[in-house]
Amino acid sequence: MYRYDEADQQIVEERARQFRGQVERRLDGRLSEEEFRPLRLQNGLYLQLHAYMLRVAIPYGLLSATQLRQLAHIARTYDRGYGHFTTRQNLQFNWPTLTDTPAILDALASVQMHAIQTSGNCVRNVTSDPFAGVAADEIVDPRPYCEFLRQWSTFHPEFAHLPRKFKIAVTGATVDRAAIAVHDIGLRIRKDEAGRIGFEYFAGGGQGRTPVLAEKLRDFLEEADLLAYTEAVLRIYNELGRRDNKYKARIKVLIKEMGSAEFRRRVEAEFETTRHDPALRLDPEALARMKAHFVPPDYATLPDGQTALQAGRLGKDRAYARWLASNLAPHRVPGYAIVQLSLKSETLPPGDVTADQMDAIADLAERHGFGRILVTHRQNLVLPDVRIDALRQVHAALEGLGFATPNVDRVTDIIACPGLDYCDLANARSIPVAQSIQQTLADADRVHDLGPLTLNISGCINACGHHHVGNIGILGIDKQGEEFYQLTLGGSARDDASVGKVLGRALTAEEIPGAVERILATYAVLRSGADEAFLAVVRRVGLGPFKEAVYADHS
Amino acid sequence: MRIIRDRRIVEDTFVHLDEHAPVPSGVGVVLPWSRWLAERASLADRGAPVGVRVAATIDLATLVEALSSLAVVAIEIPKFTDGRAYSLARRLRGEAGFSGELRAVGDVLRDQLLFLSRCGFDAFELAPGRSLEDALEAFGDHERHYQSSADRTRPLWTRPSPG
Ligand code: SF4
Repeated sequence: MYRYDEADQQIVEERARQFRGQVERRLDGRLSEEEFRPLRLQNGLYLQLHAYMLRVAIPYGLLSATQLRQLAHIARTYDRGYGHFTTRQNLQFNWPTLTDTPAILDALASVQMHAIQTSGNCVRNVTSDPFAGVAADEIVDPRPYCEFLRQWSTFHPEFAHLPRKFKIAVTGATVDRAAIAVHDIGLRIRKDEAGRIGFEYFAGGGQGRTPVLAEKLRDFLEEADLLAYTEAVLRIYNELGRRDNKYKARIKVLIKEMGSAEFRRRVEAEFETTRHDPALRLDPEALARMKAHFVPPDYATLPDGQTALQAGRLGKDRAYARWLASNLAPHRVPGYAIVQLSLKSETLPPGDVTADQMDAIADLAERHGFGRILVTHRQNLVLPDVRIDALRQVHAALEGLGFATPNVDRVTDIIACPGLDYCDLANARSIPVAQSIQQTLADADRVHDLGPLTLNISGCINACGHHHVGNIGILGIDKQGEEFYQLTLGGSARDDASVGKVLGRALTAEEIPGAVERILATYAVLRSGADEAFLAVVRRVGLGPFKEAVYADHS
Repeated sequence: MRIIRDRRIVEDTFVHLDEHAPVPSGVGVVLPWSRWLAERASLADRGAPVGVRVAATIDLATLVEALSSLAVVAIEIPKFTDGRAYSLARRLRGEAGFSGELRAVGDVLRDQLLFLSRCGFDAFELAPGRSLEDALEAFGDHERHYQSSADRTRPLWTRPSPG
């Protein structure tokens, strides 16, 4: 992974010192709250319903065991003993005090971490394929490019006051696990016939109140031009993005209003200038140096282990078999597997991990792997380098920790935003709804049998829980001060990205588990076989039968 | 009035005029852009520097044409969260090659000074009631920067690997 040298280290330390000064000036009144707000936001510090929340960046989802232990330490010392993994490869602490935050930033800086630009109207933490570097279907490792983007965007002096927040996602695999279609900039790395690396370049995707899938700007942008082109996109957006209405300020609105052809024309014209700037062009040495940070670790030469896996899947130990089938992903190196830890159970809110669990995961990552942990946008964690011959041990350890629920990418692997329990923008609670659905779907065999299915919950239209792109989406709305929930079906964040359609009138929290139950039962009847996934059925038959099932005897 | 110029507190040597005030002789003046456009011919040979005050949304091509006769371009920042002035400064220092004074005026606060200066501003009129002495410290907030800007620092990713 990327290792800081003294220059990187100096930057995060300077930042902690700067923020300490800003907090002091806030406390002695030299800074008003209005002036302080954008400063603290650009440092990931929100003011929530009950307290401050600090959002820590986990660039492109990659953590070392040392870093995870430090997060555990911070959770114990400055918070209530846990942290919350978000849908954007960040970790949130929900209870820090304003006066403690400079010390937390120091603690983060000591392990090469920070909270820079995890919020505010700036380029946010760059996200990526959570299996970057290990996925069997990877064409090009996206992490060097993510790190270039991280460095380029960190304190970029020109783009600290954009019209609105700006999110970039990068994937280098065949399957898009980074949801690039719903990002302000989405990049798919490819190779041309000559083997040269480049980017399929998308812009203008987003969720929120007007979900939009990104438009393609380029089929193939050369690797060396990544920053020059991105600088051109940001400059056009900074100058022309709307600033009169925060709901129309995202780049997706600019592109829609201007037309993608005109937007592209302007970006290309700007790129004619930036591409000749030697400070933006990535020369071969810089590319090689960056890639050297991400060379694969020393894998052992092992038999491919497929027979053992197959035997496990068919074996008598049903829990283990289900876990192998749903929580494992294929590794690029024979004899290894990618193991996903499900942070979705009935006991903790989705994405929450206690300090003790963090320590235990860090230990596991060192014992079974190279001390690396990955964070997924579905709020789960990943041990990327587990030997297939150690899977039973790892499974037992994860069961002990409560992270072996065999439900990854299944219906109970619910994404939920913090909702009304924490967030002052919320219309409705998300976490209790997730938990009530989980309780009604406690039958592991059934969940397993229902196959891949994403269920995403947001507590308001800001869509932090990605409800638009859930196969089943649940959106909290407010009707005369009461919490209601709107159901959508047919969303997807993958390569076949789509925005879900509203099923019908909004339901109460009590009605939701039953409605989900009826949707699933309808699917089970309609599918042509075990291979036809939920999304495929919704696309084939439309909403009609599901509407019928949910509302027929109710409306 | 005191301003910050080249990271020092100095007395402003320019007189700022509105649409109608008479133009004094022998001293530098800064006028609203619209007035400069109307009076540019008579201002051309007054023998003292002339500057303009513009909004960040000004048409770039027209401004660029005027640059050779301008000693100061003062860009208004209506609200410190409005980032358009940064890109305009970048363009003026970059492709337009402006080497005169680029002054930030309006809602100019301490915590934005470093980024403004990196984008090419070299003079700052702080918002009313702000301590210039406090503000000077902002330039020391960060010594190193990953990326380049109008300051032409070398991007950190071009540094050779250690060892
Ligand atoms: S979706 Fe709404 S309620 Fe949920 S975290 Fe985002 S802003 Fe808060």
